[in-house]
Amino acid sequence: MSPLNIKQGSSSHSAYDLRDPHAEVIESHTLAVIVDNEAGVLARVIGLFSGRGYNIDSLTVAEVDHTGHLSRITIVTRGTPQVIAQIKALLARMVPVHDVHDLTEEGPSVQRELALFKVAGKGEHRIEALRLAEIFRAHVVDSTLESFVFEMTGTPEKIDSFAELMRPLGLREIARTGVAALSRGV
Amino acid sequence: MTQSMTGARMVVQALKDQGVEVVFGYPGGAVLPIYDEIFQQNDIRHILVRHEQGAIHMAEGYARSTGKVGVALVTSGPGATNAVTGLVDALMDSIPIVVLTGQVPTFAIGTDAFQEADTVGITRPCTKMNWLVKDTAKLSETIHLAFHVARSGRPGPVLIDIPKDVQFADAHYVPREKIKPSHYQPKVKGDIEQITRLVEMIETAERPVFYTGGGVINSGPAASQLLRELAEATGFPVTSTLMGLGAYPASGKNWLGMLGMHGLYEANLAMHGCDLMINIGARFDDRITGRIKDFSPNSRKAHIDIDASSINKVVHVDVPILGDVGHVLEDLLRIWKSRGRKVNKAGLATWWKQINEWRAVKCLTYKPSSTIIKPQYALERLEALTKGMDRYITTEVGQHQMWAAQFLGFEGPNRWMTSGGLGTMGYGLPASIGVQIAHPEALVINVAGEASWLMNMQEMGTAMQFRAPVKQFILNNERLGMVRQWQELLHGERYSQSWSESLPDFVKLAEAFGCKGIKVSDPKDLDDAIMEMIRYDGPVIFDCMVEKHENCFPMIPSGKPHNEMLLGDDDTQGVINAKGAVLV
Ligand SMILES: Cc1cc2nc3c(=O)[nH]c(=O)nc-3n(C[C@H](O)[C@H](O)[C@H](O)COP(=O)(O)OP(=O)(O)OC[C@H]3O[C@@H](n4cnc5c(N)ncnc54)[C@H](O)[C@@H]3O)c2cc1C
Ligand SMILES: Cc1ncc(C[n+]2csc(CCOP(=O)(O)OP(=O)(O)O)c2C)c(N)n1
Ligand SMILES: [Mg+2]
Repeated sequence: MSPLNIKQGSSSHSAYDLRDPHAEVIESHTLAVIVDNEAGVLARVIGLFSGRGYNIDSLTVAEVDHTGHLSRITIVTRGTPQVIAQIKALLARMVPVHDVHDLTEEGPSVQRELALFKVAGKGEHRIEALRLAEIFRAHVVDSTLESFVFEMTGTPEKIDSFAELMRPLGLREIARTGVAALSRGV
Repeated sequence: MTQSMTGARMVVQALKDQGVEVVFGYPGGAVLPIYDEIFQQNDIRHILVRHEQGAIHMAEGYARSTGKVGVALVTSGPGATNAVTGLVDALMDSIPIVVLTGQVPTFAIGTDAFQEADTVGITRPCTKMNWLVKDTAKLSETIHLAFHVARSGRPGPVLIDIPKDVQFADAHYVPREKIKPSHYQPKVKGDIEQITRLVEMIETAERPVFYTGGGVINSGPAASQLLRELAEATGFPVTSTLMGLGAYPASGKNWLGMLGMHGLYEANLAMHGCDLMINIGARFDDRITGRIKDFSPNSRKAHIDIDASSINKVVHVDVPILGDVGHVLEDLLRIWKSRGRKVNKAGLATWWKQINEWRAVKCLTYKPSSTIIKPQYALERLEALTKGMDRYITTEVGQHQMWAAQFLGFEGPNRWMTSGGLGTMGYGLPASIGVQIAHPEALVINVAGEASWLMNMQEMGTAMQFRAPVKQFILNNERLGMVRQWQELLHGERYSQSWSESLPDFVKLAEAFGCKGIKVSDPKDLDDAIMEMIRYDGPVIFDCMVEKHENCFPMIPSGKPHNEMLLGDDDTQGVINAKGAVLV
């Protein structure tokens, strides 16, 4: 009996179809997930992303209802529309998950992130850094003769551009909180 | 006022409250307090397994054959890690089980204590939900919630990790009916608008097909009954996945047989050529769809599923219906009847004519032999000689599993237990014991391959100890047959490591366990041997020597569309496409 003429490396050569059926547009979505604030819940949510190969661009978590022990997880993720829908369905079916909101889909939303920047330098650089900070409405929250720590709140894009400008002026470290988001209106 | 008791007693009390009759388990240091409680009562029966993987598969077999939640109890560390394969198996196949694991005392967690493993960490992706209970006061509530989660919505395995100090400590027991209802309440009623859209499509479809799956079984016997009513009333053909066999009876006139990679020609071509596909509780698995792009290209598709993440996961559907099969079919039937029970009679007549032509191909035909037992023949005889009996079938994984699905007929739900999603070799023997424990009077047969069977053969000891007269029907081809088939067809006949070498003498092995061994290699002796197996009052290891190089057909190579199916060895000569094209 002769073997099938199936090329090595072609999809039929495997027990699985190796081609990606969803190669299409990639969208970024911000999801707000309300969960029981219990041990292991965050691990379960993150495990879903890592286990299935989904992206997490930003993640923030904190308890938002102390009596009901509910936390709000804000996740910024990327994927094709089908993948985004899948992510939402997989989150919603989790036992400790109460609610999943797609802020990107549910209409306009405000998205804010807080960042701290440590900038070290002297002379011209120091003055320029202060000037730019003022334009960006960043506050000085710590200063020495040779450094500043700026605090800034804004969209992730705004934080990115401030970081770009600070880089040549002596940017040493950045700490970012990740995105917090709410839908606009009621 | 609620009662105060130790955590260990609470475990047993909560299980009783949940109506649990049997626990499959294995003791160890971290669960000794619970075992002490088990010793001091008679309501719950404990089945002592020989390996924790066996306990989980037994609980699965028990659950799938009864519709109840299966329960297993194992110790910390190695006990828990041995259970992992079974947990994933149950997760993939949506089987409701509750697994209790012992854990080192809370103060020792994180210290690399003796037999400590991060059980909730390891099993998080292997369970529908799991909990580490650090406070005895929360234990009873957690156990009751666990049962609720295991059986609600899309069923699945859950695990509760209980540190030893939590088992010793006292707290108030909260009975089942005092628990505050969980917010976890999956929706069971389907959207009436979508159901009505589907009814409209049913009224006009020319070439409809019901594609049914494990979800019909999960939904309960009433769902199978509704499916039958719907199929008979509409006259639509029915096919099923491996997991849904028995939901529609094999003797039913609309039955096309199983579909998919090793499914029947008529079933796959009906799927490929239909204009309306009604998916009822199936999940468009890759063994079904083949190449997605070419999957049933000209049909509108409806999908009834209780899990929103199953809908539009791999195949985009036109009518998504989120809900429980039983509830949705009830509404569907009611609406369809109230609108006058319409179907496209002329279209259906032509469709059935086409289907009958496909049926006439007789795709399960194999070359008979008078000297060697063909595996298909062995199953045909098993089917003929056990038909009409109160029979349950479990399987291992491999060619024998596929032949069992093709050649055995299932008339009702919950009669067929197989590892579909994970494909776990070693599932069948313990699963058969779990089934037998639930149905002591029934004939329970595990259709096995010799290689799979060896993976959990220690459980014959369990079968003996608990007088579970399970019949181990081993189709012995002295090969990892399914692997050998792929190597023949796709890897240039290089049979790398696919021999079953140094096999035990199964008859002597049976004697060593104290049960009966039967070996047969001549087709003429087969019927008598099968009858001897059935009549023997106790476990039997049946060593059926079969053709070593038989291939399982039909076969759709991975990534190929349904109409490029291989029907037999002749088709594997050279190109698949030429023959495939002729078939459509
Ligand atoms: C060697 C081997 C070969 C195989 N070949 C084939 C083959 O040829 N053909 C084949 O069919 N399979 C085959 N399988 C099995 C295959 O891998 C899958 O396990 C199987 O096809 C999945 O069946 P299913 O779609 O019915 O889904 P299941 O895994 O049974 O999933 C059930 C679906 O129903 C939903 N559901 C659950 N409960 C409910 C409810 N109450 N109401 C509504 N929906 C519900 C679930 O959310 C899920 O989407 C093979 C397996 C092995 C090991
Ligand atoms: C635990 C496990 N390991 C490996 C495999 C891969 N596998 C699938 S079928 C098979 C061969 C099974 O041989 P046997 O039980 O003799 O059945 P046959 O195909 O010969 O009927 C193997 C190794 C598997 N499914 N499960
Ligand atoms: Mg074999």
